[in-house]
Amino acid sequence: MSAPVQSLPGWAEDLRREGAERLQELGLPTTKLEAWRYTSVASIAKTAWTPGDPRHDDVTRPELERLCFPVFACHLFVFTNGVFAADLSTLRANAPQVGVRPLSRVLAEEPEALRGVLGAQADAKTRAFTAWNQRELGDGAVVRIPEGTDLEEPIHLVFLSEPGSEPTVSHPRILIQAGAGSRASVVEDYVSFGEGEFLTNAVTEISVAPNAELEHVRLQREASTGSHISALHADLERDSRLACHAITLGGGLVRNDAEVTLLGEGASAHLYGVFLGTGRRHIDNHTTIDHAVPHTTSEELYKGVLDDQSRGVFHGRIIVRPDAQKTDARQSSKNLLLSRGAEIDTKPQLEIRADDVKCSHGSTIGQIDPDALFYLRARGIDERDARALLTRAFVSEATAELRFEPLRERVEEQLVELLEEAHS
Amino acid sequence: MLEIKGLHANAGDVPILEGIDLSVGAGEVHALMGPNGSGKSTLAGALAGKPSVTVTQGSVLYDGKDLIEMPPEERAREGVFLAFQYPVEIPGVSNLYFLKAALNARLKHQDLPELDAIDFLQLAREKMKLVEMDEALMHRSINEGFSGGEKKRNEVLQMTVLEPRLAILDETDSGLDIDALRIVASGVNSMRNPERAMLVITHYQRLLEYIVPDVVHVLADGRIVKSGGKELALELEARGYGWLTGEAE
Repeated sequence: MSAPVQSLPGWAEDLRREGAERLQELGLPTTKLEAWRYTSVASIAKTAWTPGDPRHDDVTRPELERLCFPVFACHLFVFTNGVFAADLSTLRANAPQVGVRPLSRVLAEEPEALRGVLGAQADAKTRAFTAWNQRELGDGAVVRIPEGTDLEEPIHLVFLSEPGSEPTVSHPRILIQAGAGSRASVVEDYVSFGEGEFLTNAVTEISVAPNAELEHVRLQREASTGSHISALHADLERDSRLACHAITLGGGLVRNDAEVTLLGEGASAHLYGVFLGTGRRHIDNHTTIDHAVPHTTSEELYKGVLDDQSRGVFHGRIIVRPDAQKTDARQSSKNLLLSRGAEIDTKPQLEIRADDVKCSHGSTIGQIDPDALFYLRARGIDERDARALLTRAFVSEATAELRFEPLRERVEEQLVELLEEAHS
Repeated sequence: MLEIKGLHANAGDVPILEGIDLSVGAGEVHALMGPNGSGKSTLAGALAGKPSVTVTQGSVLYDGKDLIEMPPEERAREGVFLAFQYPVEIPGVSNLYFLKAALNARLKHQDLPELDAIDFLQLAREKMKLVEMDEALMHRSINEGFSGGEKKRNEVLQMTVLEPRLAILDETDSGLDIDALRIVASGVNSMRNPERAMLVITHYQRLLEYIVPDVVHVLADGRIVKSGGKELALELEARGYGWLTGEAE
């Protein structure tokens, strides 16, 4: 029941081969590796994964819209178990000014277009999950925002996992190129339908050309029967701006790696994270921001909400290269623990090799403020609603940075819903 | 409306109230005065249901119902309102959203129709005018970055919107300049009616020039040591609290 293997251009076959070799050599990481100290993927390593069936007769459009609300129908691209689903997608998204296409079609129709581009940023050499993704290279999304284009509506990429009776895996591959002076938002939306064990192993490569402004949202709201591994690599050129939102509401075991490199003067990167832990879920966010040239800015704010026996990890690495003077880097990790059993490990790692820089970092771990809770209750708001309101308020510092209001609303609502569902 | 009998209460583990008897009828305004540490705020906390205040003995009846048994939100919906001495700042929750949620919780409890956004805003604007509250503040987070006076006005604004039956004002005058005091007092006075009772807690007589009480009580060491008419406040102003608490003047 594996997806039909299409014929790929030679360079893509080479990438697959390289991925296979690297994965073979590296093996999946163990907790002996510093970067994986808190996160064990032993359960993934010992599972026999098969590609999921891309057929999706049982997923109706209303069902899809429920899963990935709010739907941005202007440019909607849906993938089921990793494979592009034309019938669920909005094809006018193919309008030439936008330039979103399924990877499978680009490889088939313009075999040379992505040679030397795809895989240029992702690190299959040291990252086993990326090597695995590369071994399975076949489908995903290619987003090319033409120079000077200003997109009013976000590009909505939906990756729907529909597990079968056996554990299924998908390897979405996303390439985003924001042309010079363009302005756009891309939402990678990971959802699931049905029960069953599954793994999503996504790799995203982003390049932001001079003066471009890109918002990238990875919204992960899969069922807790799923594991989710992602790697994101972004390069920013002169005077460009990238806002990356890593929003993790679902998944049983989640690991997100984000590596952002500021390659041009005047570039600024903004990394916002929101994660919710319930039950025994485990969410690990590792970020690296590399200030490679002078006069660049980065801002990082991650907000974790952890309940029950859940566990969160935040590791934020900031590199300032020797000649990257006038770097301005701020990092903040704030966490709300809703139960005694919940845990967070938060760690900054600053590697500053220039002297004329501003770098700051801070982390907080707290509980719901009892005075705030009483204040709300003393005005007639019941305890459950008051807690939900305060939790929502806590994450709003990060969600407020989302460009689209309906998405912001939904993220906050869904977070509260999931928190309440976990206890109903 | 409010019947407090033999009330003993702890703040944390510390016994503070040592047997309070107090009866406030509908339409009455009672002032509760006393030196710092006499238990005024603990009494306010006990009436509003503050979790850190534990009632150890005695009873509080509100309209014949046992207030102590009710969670704070139920007391609020039943019409008990505490204007906080130190209003809490809550980043990320807008004032207007909060006030609408609070009002609708109360209306729902009374089986009255809830207000939609438009009707609510109209009502809120009317009340904002009354306490001279800038609407821009209402779109901000609850009390976040508010001055002391703005926080107190916000408390009074909430009171005028929620229209409680029993209003407890805990040192609403503290930290206010004379103009802010006048605004706050006029907001409070606009609420006076035969159906509503008020308990005005204050350290100073100053507020009572604006909100003239029917009865004045003096609290010392967790007990009411003297009650009288409004002239008692003036006497306290002139003589201090020492003559009532047994300390040297």
